[in-house]
Amino acid sequence: MKTGIAIFVAAFVALGASWCGFVLAPALQLGGAKQTVILQTTDNWPLQRTGDATLGLQVYRAYGCAACHTEQVRQTGVASEVNLTGLGNRKAEDFSAFAKSLFVLPELAGVTNAFAASLNGWNGELPKTLFTTTDVELASALAERLKAVGVKCETRLVATGSDIARGWGSRQSVAVDYLYDQPVQLGSMRAGPDLANIGVRVPDANLHLNHLYAPKSVTPNSTMPSFKFLFEVRKIGAAPSADALNLPKEFAAAPGFEIVPKPEAKQLAAYLLSLKANVPLYEAPFTPVK
Amino acid sequence: MNPNENKSCCTNAIDASLRVPLLALFGGAAVWLVVGLVLGLIAGIKFHAPEFLGGCPLLTYGRLAPAANDAVLYGFCIPAALGVLLWIFARLSQNQLALPLVPVVAANLWHLGVFIGTAGILLGGSSGHTWLEYPRAAAVILFAAFLLIAASAAATFGWRREQTLYPSHWFLFAALLWFPWIYSTANLFLNSNQSPRGVVQPIIGWWFANNLVFVWLALVGVGIAFYFLPKIAGRSLASYGQALFGFLALIFFGSWCGIPQGAPVPAWLPTVSSIAAVLTLLPLLSILIVTVKTTFGANVSCNDGSFCFIRIGIMSFIASGILYISAACPQYSRILEFTWFGPAQTQLQLFGFAAMILFGAIYELLPSVMDKPLPFPKFAKLHFWFGLAGVVLLVVPLAISGVVQGEKLADAHIAFADANAATLKFLHISATGQLFILIGALLFAANIFAMTIQWKLGVAKTVITYIKSPLETAEVKS
Repeated sequence: MKTGIAIFVAAFVALGASWCGFVLAPALQLGGAKQTVILQTTDNWPLQRTGDATLGLQVYRAYGCAACHTEQVRQTGVASEVNLTGLGNRKAEDFSAFAKSLFVLPELAGVTNAFAASLNGWNGELPKTLFTTTDVELASALAERLKAVGVKCETRLVATGSDIARGWGSRQSVAVDYLYDQPVQLGSMRAGPDLANIGVRVPDANLHLNHLYAPKSVTPNSTMPSFKFLFEVRKIGAAPSADALNLPKEFAAAPGFEIVPKPEAKQLAAYLLSLKANVPLYEAPFTPVK
Repeated sequence: MNPNENKSCCTNAIDASLRVPLLALFGGAAVWLVVGLVLGLIAGIKFHAPEFLGGCPLLTYGRLAPAANDAVLYGFCIPAALGVLLWIFARLSQNQLALPLVPVVAANLWHLGVFIGTAGILLGGSSGHTWLEYPRAAAVILFAAFLLIAASAAATFGWRREQTLYPSHWFLFAALLWFPWIYSTANLFLNSNQSPRGVVQPIIGWWFANNLVFVWLALVGVGIAFYFLPKIAGRSLASYGQALFGFLALIFFGSWCGIPQGAPVPAWLPTVSSIAAVLTLLPLLSILIVTVKTTFGANVSCNDGSFCFIRIGIMSFIASGILYISAACPQYSRILEFTWFGPAQTQLQLFGFAAMILFGAIYELLPSVMDKPLPFPKFAKLHFWFGLAGVVLLVVPLAISGVVQGEKLADAHIAFADANAATLKFLHISATGQLFILIGALLFAANIFAMTIQWKLGVAKTVITYIKSPLETAEVKS
């Protein structure tokens, strides 16, 4: 390259191409995204946050919670889970014996180990997950075979992967989940657990407030810092405040004092409660547990 | 790299024209480097002792960590790189710096912008997007300051006496175009009232972060190295063709990296990014080849000086690029995403690559710009060893802890708290690394400030002697 113009043109074309690809194209493809419909319902998804939860997102942003927490569940794929929901007039031992007689079937070769392990030590408790397989046809064929002998059986579509196994969600996060987040804070570090479904896992606002004030009061081995400055320690007036935290003894305030959340703490808790992405969608299907 | 450069009549005049702008850029940069490292160290301590300074809402980990990273990148890397760029442009043009007052104003404006940005983050005004946390006011100031410096650089280039273009020109020129484009796009989309909805935000955020931390730093770092390595080695840059290929491949492939593999976005985006990441091996390879060919067998004793700094910088660039590319492979990304592996790569890019090259360049050019030797040459040598040890101690344990953490997170039978606890002993070591880098930075700042003070005293002395001196008789007579 011999001239300044040539360098300029090369750099302009290179950056312009990536700008078209990663700024313009996504804005065109996703910028007009709308609500979608929850599978097998007529309900819309996602819903806009209201009131304190909207403000709480800004508290989450301002304190940089996303430095340690992601809001994104990943999955590796989907699988069919075969569940036994009723034994009819059979006994658990009879069923186990029958199931073991099926192990000789060649098409079951891949799942016999898991199947046998699930029956091992089973006391007849229902519903019972028999095995999980990525082969959807095998699962339904087996479910039919079991139904034929008079037991009740169903197959469920479940997401797989370590995030799902940790109970962080029932399915992966997808683009539409973030439609109303402003800003979207996916996070890039899991020094703390994923929060995409914290509102499902911990549906109690008081527990969130206790955790924000004294993380170890809820999770003994937590490494999260306390957010004490979102709370006010004050003398109990004529009557204790209805908002006061109900903490275990070693974390509670001195006698005669109470710990009351400031508005910011309540907003943050409301935001955390609003974090729920547990409905099946076309792009992330699963069978919800009724 | 221009063989006639030092023989020219006007080297002294060129260097003198850069004195004030460079002191303004480097002085502030040294301050922000120390500030960023101190903030980073506090953030690191908070990881081991969550209650350390726990009562202070200004100093939550979530505020300190981005403030520290931004202070190092925006406060140190960018102004220091721009200073070195101005000097290289003036030297290669064989002409004095054009519009010399403009970069002085711009340098002060820039450091004001970083101050407002850092204060903004600590007060809770972060935009919430990685590497773009600075609030709007700071962003506008930074953008304006960059344009001013770019204008001065472009004018210097336009009025050049020496017509030949060198490989350094390509890289540095592209960097001047790159930053205003990506910074304005990212701020207009993400830091305005009309942000796009949903995941378009993180997509633009990743595009920006990749183009700033990976591509922009690569452009200035390699551009500066390709000037100083041949100059110190006393030969011309080996293999013009390889260098050209490296440059073009870097800007055409590198700019498409950055979308994480597990992102909840349409699948074509991470796929394109991972292909681009693999292709980015090509520019890494050609930059490595050019560097090795240029420096191999050169009769230069490293002597812990600039040559060492810059060579280590290029090696860190290759290493950081390989970490970056490996994290973009889907099968590794599943393990490494959301772990300390990402920060390890970023820190290597910042402290191992960009900062090392900038230190080397500044130690090399400052004595000739100030027309004085470094006040503490031993500090510079010590700085090299502290810097090198610091980078190794910071990055290696962090990268290993990322792999360990990722493996444990991928196994749902291991409790989350255990996966987290497994990283703590590695984080201890990397905090030591941060401390070493901080000591190095203080040694660097000592040299810069001693030089600034000496220069200011010199100026004051001249002024005083001028005032005190009796009027010349010739003037009285006329």
